[in-house]
Order: sequence, then structure tokens, then C-alpha cells
Amino acid sequence: MNIKALRLPLTKEELQSLNAGEIVSLSGACYTARDAAHKRICDALKNGGPLPFDLDGACIYYCGPAPARDGEIIGSCGPTTSARMDDYAPTLLECGVAVMIGKGRRSDAVTKATADAGAVYLAAVGGAGALIKNRVKACALHAYPDLGCEAVYKLDLQNLELLVASDTKGVCALR
Amino acid sequence: MREIDARILIEPLGALIGNALVGVDAATRALIKEAARAERSPAARWALGVIEENNEIAVRSRDFACQDCGLAVLFVSVGQDVHINGGLTDALNEGVKRGYAAARKSVADPLTRLNTGTNTPAVVHYDVTDGDKIAITFLAKGAGAENMSRVFMLTPSKGEAGIIDCAVRAVTDAGANPCPPVILGVGVGGTMEKCALLAKLALTRGVGKRNPDKRVAELEDKILEAVNATGIGAQGFGGGVTALAAAVETFPTHIGMLPVAVNIQCHSVREGRLII
Repeated sequence: MNIKALRLPLTKEELQSLNAGEIVSLSGACYTARDAAHKRICDALKNGGPLPFDLDGACIYYCGPAPARDGEIIGSCGPTTSARMDDYAPTLLECGVAVMIGKGRRSDAVTKATADAGAVYLAAVGGAGALIKNRVKACALHAYPDLGCEAVYKLDLQNLELLVASDTKGVCALR
Repeated sequence: MREIDARILIEPLGALIGNALVGVDAATRALIKEAARAERSPAARWALGVIEENNEIAVRSRDFACQDCGLAVLFVSVGQDVHINGGLTDALNEGVKRGYAAARKSVADPLTRLNTGTNTPAVVHYDVTDGDKIAITFLAKGAGAENMSRVFMLTPSKGEAGIIDCAVRAVTDAGANPCPPVILGVGVGGTMEKCALLAKLALTRGVGKRNPDKRVAELEDKILEAVNATGIGAQGFGGGVTALAAAVETFPTHIGMLPVAVNIQCHSVREGRLII
């Protein structure tokens, strides 16, 4: 299988070149956020509070990592179910989020909002946390430390293989 | 009458859970390997290969196979000839707390959403049996698959076809969310809560083991065939292996009822057994 190597942040052209169903190998910086962090980010947008990171062009990974062991940077860190973030995703896409990584289908509204924003949704293999841990070269607690595993971590990915689940044309590859 | 101190359960239960969370069930791993060979869809085959590699890495490096180490479900059979000194439930929860010490803590109050910080309390199902032993079965239930599980209150006229349809509907509606390939526990009969419990119990039988009742085993085969005909495939990428196994447990029900529960288990089967 032909695997396209990409480095974050992705350009508009790179985003547009991706087709649903193809596998890519992704490297570069992304931020973890799941249910609780999404709620806070959207509250901050509504109330004009500070944002944990620049949303424009950002890559968000729906993930709540297992704790790191002594001497390691992160624990198992596979994707969580993306659909739970569907209520928040259109708002974040409007703010420029370019890449979302997770697992499972999105609502039709999110797939459309993703395409309208020129963004993509990439699927990591669910239940592959131990393997994905080895694709993370740096991890730093970035915001909302009180949320524990639901805090925002900045990760430096190296060659994480993902399937393009929905693309800028609005095509979805998931059943 | 055998007399035991509840606290003797703590250490072995903690160790059992600690090991289960890194080592995906061997029978499931064998089925994944088989599926990876048989799968013709390239994307699904890729996903199955990633899962295989992940499970090897987890055992080798003692990493959690999945970061979602789940809610601890315990089936506890207590022999009626045992007298337990001290709180049994407290001891079980202490064992769970120790087993999850290094794991992600995934248990929260349902309303405040505040994390309990210990991955307790466990969901404990007690049963009284003959003898003087205590048997514990542990199953880690992650949110992705549990969220897609369903209860259907059918009318008796729906029969076997209706039961199969429940499994297909649950799996189809779930799509990629529960991390297919999945294992299905199907509870048929009893009442609303009984069939749900049977479905969960079916998941503890041992993946791939058929029901000893031939008629029920044939229903398991039909469910597996129908679910794999959906084409959802590994991770919802499209393919021939959506489920690795289906286990059905039955219980007599009311003449006017046909309750069916479909409990979905992801491919990351983390379970263990202990007899004291």
C-alpha cells in the first residue's frame, strides 16, 4: 500500500490532496483534547476566555493517554470515539482547526462542516494504544492539568499511520 | 464451613487485573491473526495488522493494550459453605484499585462527572453457588463498545429472526465506534435486566467457545454470519470481519416477552479468572 508522509501543520494544498480511504503517515505537533477539554475550549470561545492553543491550522487528537511510567514520556495513547466531540467540532472548525484524529464515524453535519472548513478527519486504529505510544516522540502537559487524563497534552508525532476517514470533498470512508 | 478473611482477595485480584490490562486474551489474538489472513479489504487488513502488532508490543513492553482500561466488571460466585470475615465488596474494590494503580482512571460520578481517582467502584455481580470457594471473573469494559450496547424488548412472534436482527441492528448502528472487530455477547430471555446480565455473562465464556446447547450454538453461528455480512469490517474501514465471535446465553422468559440484549466487546479483550 502506498503511504503518503505528511508533516504538521498541513498546508491547504496538502489538505485538499487527501482522499478518503487512503493511509497517511503523520508527523509533527498536535494537541490532545477529549470531552472535558472540548467543553472548556467552547466555553472559553463563548465567554472570551483564554484558549489553550492557537486553533487556526491546529491538529486535535481525541485521546486521553494512560499515565507515563517512570522515565517515559507517555503511556498507551490510542484514539477515543470521535462522535462524542461532534457537538463541539463545528465551532472548532470555524476557528480554523485543520485536522482531527480519532476513531469512529462522525455525524453528517460534522463531515460537512469538516469539508466546508477545508479540514480532514483522520482515523487512528482504536485499541492500538501501545503501538501509538511508540509514535509519540515528545509529550508535554499543555493546559487544564486539573482534568487529569482529559487535560490538553502537546504531542510530537512521528510517522503515525492513519486512514483518511473524511476529506475536504466531504467523502467519508467509514461504515 | 470454611472461614476466610476478605482481605486475602486483594493482592491476587490486583495482580490478575494488572496482568489482564496488558495482555489481550490469547483466543482473541488468535482470531485476529486468522482474520488478518482472511480479510480481502486492504484498509481493514492494515487495521488488523496494526492491532496484531499492538497486542504483541503490549505484552512485550507491559504497556496497556488500550489506554481505556475500562470500568472493572466482576462476576463473583461465592460458595455457600464459605464464611467471609470483613467486607467482601470493600476487599474487591481495594483489589481493583491496586490492579488499576498504574492505569488510566476512567471512573466518574455520572452527574458531577468528577473522577473517583481510583477506577473504583467496580461493577460487581454476585452469585451464590455450591462449595466453599470464591470464584471471580474480571472483565475490563471500555466506553467505546459498552456505549454501543443495546436492549430490545421483542414480542415472541419475532422469534429467532428477530434475535438475529437485534444483533445486526446493534452492530450496524454502532459502525466503527466500538472498535471492530468486536465480540458479541447476546442475552435472550428473562426480563429486561436479566437479558442484559446474560449478555455480559456471555462475554466471559471464553472468546470463540460455543454454547454447549446445539440449538443455541447454531444461533450463535447465524448471528456471526449475519453480522459479518454487513461489510463494516475492522475499524469500520469496510471488510468481511466485523465480529470475531458471538456468544448467546438464554434464560426462560414470560409467555408474552422476548427480551434480547446485545453487549458489544471491542477486540481488546482483557479478562481474567481467579478461584480462592
